[in-house]
Parts: sequence; structure tokens; C-alpha cells
Amino acid sequence: MDRSDVDTKIRELAEPFNKKGVTITEDTTFANDLEFDSLTVMDFVAEIEDEFDIIISMNQQAEIENYGQLVDAVTKLQAD
Amino acid sequence: MSEGIIQSDQPQDIEGEGKDLFSKFDDIIALREGLLSSGQEDPFNLVMEKVLSPTRAICNGRDTILLGTYNYMGMTFDPDVVEAGRQALSDFGAGTTGSRVLNGTYQGHKEVEQALMDFYAMDHAMVFSTGYQANLGIISTIAGKGDYIVLDIDSHASIWDGCALGNAEVVPFKHNDIEAMEKRLKRIPEGAGKLVVLEGVYSMLGDIAPLKEMVSVAKKYGAMVLVDEAHSMGFIGENGRGVVEQAGVIDDVDFIIGTFSKSVGTVGGFCVSNHPKFEIMRLVCRPYVFTASLPPSVVATACTSIRKLMQGSNKRAHLWENSKMLHKGLKELGFQLGTEEPQSAIIAVIMPDLEKGAAMWEALIKGGLYVNLARPPATPANMTLLRCSLCAEHSEEEVGEILSIFETAGKDVGII
Repeated sequence: MDRSDVDTKIRELAEPFNKKGVTITEDTTFANDLEFDSLTVMDFVAEIEDEFDIIISMNQQAEIENYGQLVDAVTKLQAD
Repeated sequence: MSEGIIQSDQPQDIEGEGKDLFSKFDDIIALREGLLSSGQEDPFNLVMEKVLSPTRAICNGRDTILLGTYNYMGMTFDPDVVEAGRQALSDFGAGTTGSRVLNGTYQGHKEVEQALMDFYAMDHAMVFSTGYQANLGIISTIAGKGDYIVLDIDSHASIWDGCALGNAEVVPFKHNDIEAMEKRLKRIPEGAGKLVVLEGVYSMLGDIAPLKEMVSVAKKYGAMVLVDEAHSMGFIGENGRGVVEQAGVIDDVDFIIGTFSKSVGTVGGFCVSNHPKFEIMRLVCRPYVFTASLPPSVVATACTSIRKLMQGSNKRAHLWENSKMLHKGLKELGFQLGTEEPQSAIIAVIMPDLEKGAAMWEALIKGGLYVNLARPPATPANMTLLRCSLCAEHSEEEVGEILSIFETAGKDVGII
């Protein structure tokens, strides 16, 4: 899957968690813009992990602040 | 291991906001001031002026039934336990002033470790200065760079901090979800070391883990398994060895972590294991090495208490009766509880929100009953809880009294 396919899929998965309907760009942050708390993060990450059959460890999550970084990380992880 | 109550178990990153390093705490300061400005008695600043027994104390000037301690087996005032401590204090002095690996191992430390090996029927026991340090030390030391720790999202702070102190990849899964755990284990790269961390009893809701299934899944994927049995020692399982014993998987578990600060009735932590190389932990585990060992009186009380707990089947049975009676009574009064059936000595009463929870806590304390108020983010799913933990020394009449205090308070606050 290339980056744009990953992007499309993650946008789909993010939709139910994006309660306020924030427009998601590459720079949208999870903590501030989307206001995800730790439980939401866990559920959202679990959906992505299941979809792509990957692990995004907490150590890796700590490096991901915005949407673009997430798409980059997942693109790389699913290619490995 | 104790609860933070107003902070989450999973450590949060708080960003700096300028010159005053304390400005990052402004939100929590405001929240606390808001709660107290209404005249509410501070739930997190209770003082016990006198402790009358394992179940009674004078709290903030009032004679109070204690229903928020972890004194499950009521060992704190056991005459043999107290006498052992007194004797050790006279014979060995007030403290060791040193690390276990230098001048801090006395006869009593070896004796309490032997008592633990006998209690669990295991080959090795290592005593830490607190339960927190036992998790911190073992987890951070055995899981290194390139290894994976797979753990329940509702794990205790000491487990999260053990993960944070080490260098392993940390992979949480949804609470008690066997399938979610298996999926994560399956995805770990081949050849990587794996540690699964579980708890017997989860202390916020008092629910237990499906250890039979979880341990078997962990073993299927070649993971080592560590189970924290802090809240089950002494009364769950035929010999009080915990949920691992009740579930019949104690022989498949690599490490059991426990504490002296609950059923044992004093302070300290431990790890027991059958791993043939376990003793090397004493030299490589930093939270074990770089701290002073427990005072002689503490290890003497712990040793006596552990040996008495091995004969504690009557007390164990009474504690279960108490737990069942309180659970049933609260349910009949119309309170919402954390578990459908009583699974441990912890009964969590779910409050509609923090304001009602704090008001209810205050009504209970004024009625002569102490429980723990637990609030988000310390709690699962952002619940506000009144956590009740029972003691084998609560009499049937006391549990009846507890229920009537709950009834009065619940009606006054308008929860039932």
C-alpha cells in the first residue's frame, strides 16, 4: 500500500473518533486539535493496528504528534 | 501498591509553560481549589489521629469504620506480628542504613524471603523496600532494548513506571481482552523477547483477570509472564497464592509480584520465581540495589504475618462472606457497582459524577465511614468511584452498619 492508500484508510478509521468534525490536514494534532484523550488514543491505535496488522508501540506513539506523522509511520510499518 | 487517586496510572507528559516550573500544575491546582471552595471536606487530606483496630480509627476527630484500607486480613494488630516487630526493633535496631547487596541484609531479610518461598512453594524470593519498587525493578530490568512488553491498559502505576524506566517496546491492550492481547503477541517480530504483564485483581473496579486463558495464550507465543497479585495474596486461591492459583496457572507464570502493604499488613514488596537464573536480579536490578533495605522490625512483622496467613483459611472464608454481603446489600439498595458479582475484597461503587461522588464521600465520612474516592484520570473509562475494601476483621454487624450508613448518605445526596 502506498502513502495515499494508507492516508485514505486512516481517514476512514479516524472519522468515528473525530466527534467535532475537525477538518484533518497533515498538521492536525491528536492531543490539541482532535482532543483525543488516552482512552480514545488506545481505541484509535488498536483500529489502525488491526487494519494494517502492525504494532505501533507506545514508544513509537510518543513520536507521533500530528496526522502526517501518523500516516508516515504506518506507511513505513506496513511496508516492513 | 497504592493508588494515585487523582492522577492516572499511565504517566502523562506535561509540557513546560515558561519560567515557573510549577505553572504546568495550574490546572490541577484550580480543580482542587474549585472542589474545596464549596466547603467540601478534603477527600485527599484525611488524618487518622488514632488507630483503634484494623477496622476502626479516629479520623478527622470522628470514630470511623475503615472501609478503604488494604488491610484485607487484618494483620496490622495481630499480637504475634506486633510482638515480632517489637523484638526485632530491640535486637536489631531501627534500621539497616544500607542496601541489600552491601550491609543491608540481616537475618530477618533472609527469613522473610524463606517465608515467601514457603508460602508460594517457589524456588526464589527477592524482597524490595516497597511493592512499587518490585514492579519498577523487575519490569525495567528484565525487558531491555528490542524486547516487547505487552500489558493491560488498566495496569497499576508501578507497572507503567517500570515500562518507562526500561528500554523495551511497550504495547498495551484493552482491559482483560484476551483477543486483543493475542493479536499483539502475534505481531511481535520473530526472535524478539516478550514479557506479558497482568494483574490478578485490578484494584479500581475489583475485577479479576481471565488468567487461565491469558497465561495460556502468552505461553503459546513464547512470552514470559509476570502477574501482580498485590490485591489477592492471602485470600484468593486455595493457599492464598492469588488468582494464578485459583485459575490453576501458577506453574506457568514466570514471576509473581506482591506486596507486604496489603494482606501482610506492613510495607515492602517482593518477586517470587522459579527461573533458574533469578538470583542474578539482586546484582542487576537498580531499584533493589540503590536503596536502603527494609528495617528489621518490618521484615520480622512481615515474616510472622506471612507464616500466619498460611493458616488463615477461616479468616479467608469470613472475608469472602463480608465481600458477598456488602456487594449484595449495596446492589439491593440500588447502587451501581463495578462488577456484577463480588470477585475480590474490593467493591467499587460507581458515582454519577465527581461532584456527587465527592458529596457522597463527605456524607459517608460524616456518618462515620471511610472509603476511597477515586476519580478520573486515575479510573478506567473516566468514572468516579467510591472504592470499598473489606477486612476479614469486619464483623457481620459492622457490614450491616456500613450498609445503613451507605443508605442514609445515598438518600441524602440523592443517588439512590
